[in-house]
Amino acid sequence: MSNHPDHIVPVRVYILVFLALLVGTGLTVFAATIDLGRFNIVLALFIACIKAALVVLFFMHVYYSSRLTKAIVISGLCTLLILFFFTLTDLLTRGAVQGSTDWVGVPGR
Amino acid sequence: MASHSVTLRHHFETSEQQKDASTIGMWMFLVTEIMFFGGLFMAYIAYRGAYPDAFAAGSQKLNIVYGTINTAVLICSSLTMAMAVHSAALGKKNLIILFLILTLMLGGVFLGIKAVEYHDKYVGHEIPGANFHPELDNKNVSVNNVSLYFALYFGMTGLHALHMIVGVGLLLFLIFKTAKGAYTAHWHTPIELFGLYWHFVDIVWIFLFPLLYLIDLHPGK
Repeated sequence: MSNHPDHIVPVRVYILVFLALLVGTGLTVFAATIDLGRFNIVLALFIACIKAALVVLFFMHVYYSSRLTKAIVISGLCTLLILFFFTLTDLLTRGAVQGSTDWVGVPGR
Repeated sequence: MASHSVTLRHHFETSEQQKDASTIGMWMFLVTEIMFFGGLFMAYIAYRGAYPDAFAAGSQKLNIVYGTINTAVLICSSLTMAMAVHSAALGKKNLIILFLILTLMLGGVFLGIKAVEYHDKYVGHEIPGANFHPELDNKNVSVNNVSLYFALYFGMTGLHALHMIVGVGLLLFLIFKTAKGAYTAHWHTPIELFGLYWHFVDIVWIFLFPLLYLIDLHPGK
């Protein structure tokens, strides 16, 4: 989709995204009260990622933006993932290599 | 291609090109901001993984009601900001001012609640340092590791709040300029770009909220 300067996102879209974000917040709080073991954090981050994606795509207009803008957003996220990935390859393998306790633990276990 | 707009700088061919350049510049800045916060998130991941019980104990000292209300407040402010950009695209000056003021007020509410939370932490001796004596439910965790959680809590929410304060300053500037009639349906790039910044700050909070407030809330663990 080209970067049309006069593209106006309908108010309906904003309202729907807004409601979805509020529902997502409620879901996050509710999900935190259930014991899912190590999947609590997975679910919390899954909901947070969906909320963030809605904000980026619609409030920040990336869905309607030029390919160059999309490429910049994606490259930014990839850079963050490189930081996480290579640091985690170190942290996650420490226990295995040194025979010490595992790095990722779950509270109360 | 010859535009008659007074807002077109001489080094751009068209208004479209000028707007594209500005938008890309703003996104480049936001991408560096992702990495700015990203370092803190990485530190959080590393230490939460190392001391999960201490992080849960620290997290349970936070007030979830304040955190949830603040999340809702920020989401509302994102909606009003999006509506301000929408009004700007339609060239409705009074609506722009209305929505920018609403955004400003919601930003103020967020910072106010944050200040109350910080004060509670101060009263409860939960600020890392010489007087760090939190009353923890879980007595089996190291206070030093809980201190690490609170250092990250204050570092991350503090940096986020600093962005909000900068945003409030920019909002005042934009309201002033809008009132003077600086922005039209044809040219309102500063409002659009500020909207990107404001939404970015909202996204950071979307991640901070579950990571800091909602660790291990479920009873009977």
